[in-house]
Amino acid sequence: MGPLITFYALALLAIVSAAITAFSRNIVHSAFALFGALAGVAGIYVLLGADFLFIIQIFIYIGGILVVTIFAVMLTQGIADVNVSNRAVGVLPALVTAGVAGGVMFYAIIHSSWYHARPGSATPTTYWIGDAFLGPYVLPFEVASLVLLAALIGAIVISRQEVRE
Amino acid sequence: MAGLTLNHFLVLGLILFLLGGYCVLARRNAIGILLGIELILNAANINYVAFSFYGGQAAKYDGQVFAIFVIMLAAAEAVIGLAIVLAIYQNLRTIDVSATESLSG
Repeated sequence: MGPLITFYALALLAIVSAAITAFSRNIVHSAFALFGALAGVAGIYVLLGADFLFIIQIFIYIGGILVVTIFAVMLTQGIADVNVSNRAVGVLPALVTAGVAGGVMFYAIIHSSWYHARPGSATPTTYWIGDAFLGPYVLPFEVASLVLLAALIGAIVISRQEVRE
Repeated sequence: MAGLTLNHFLVLGLILFLLGGYCVLARRNAIGILLGIELILNAANINYVAFSFYGGQAAKYDGQVFAIFVIMLAAAEAVIGLAIVLAIYQNLRTIDVSATESLSG
């Protein structure tokens, strides 16, 4: 019974925060509500026995991506007029699209006979993830470092201020 | 883990995906769209980890490895996306995506 209650609490946190992110008219509220959604997902990772992913989620998503996002919000919006900063247009088409896609996917989830092994007890995952990164996934791992380098240089080049003589 | 099934996690991922999709479709603020993309990527990650947890011994950690790659790409995407948003803001003083139409001729 315990895991079920934990799951519903974390799911509620994630879904309510995600709803605020999606529907709030204030971009600052949206950005801060994303914190709750990411934390809820991090808790779900723990429930699924992924301890390393939990800490990665906290470090990179909440500590990195979210902070960068909030920086961008602060740099681009006049804080004074945030109340109209996050207008939504085409609400009805967006709701219809999301609703239709959601209905189809929900039907697919419910009516599929998923392979459903009995999960073993949660064990530490870091050893095996490191093993996988230096074994079968070594090429994607190396390419990932190239992608990150390209992103780093690209971000600097795109956002720098040009000084013309 | 009595009572919890794969479907619980898939439906949670579906709900987060739909909220993110709505965010991407309806927002006019470019940063709002990036927030929606983060939600979508998190929904995908929940599915990866759930499938790996309920997938038996054969592929026990593959889903988690993929989720780490997704998080890495999300970081790169957020950095580049926000840099582009800042560059647009410096040039046009707005990040309303329906106002940035100087390429449409």
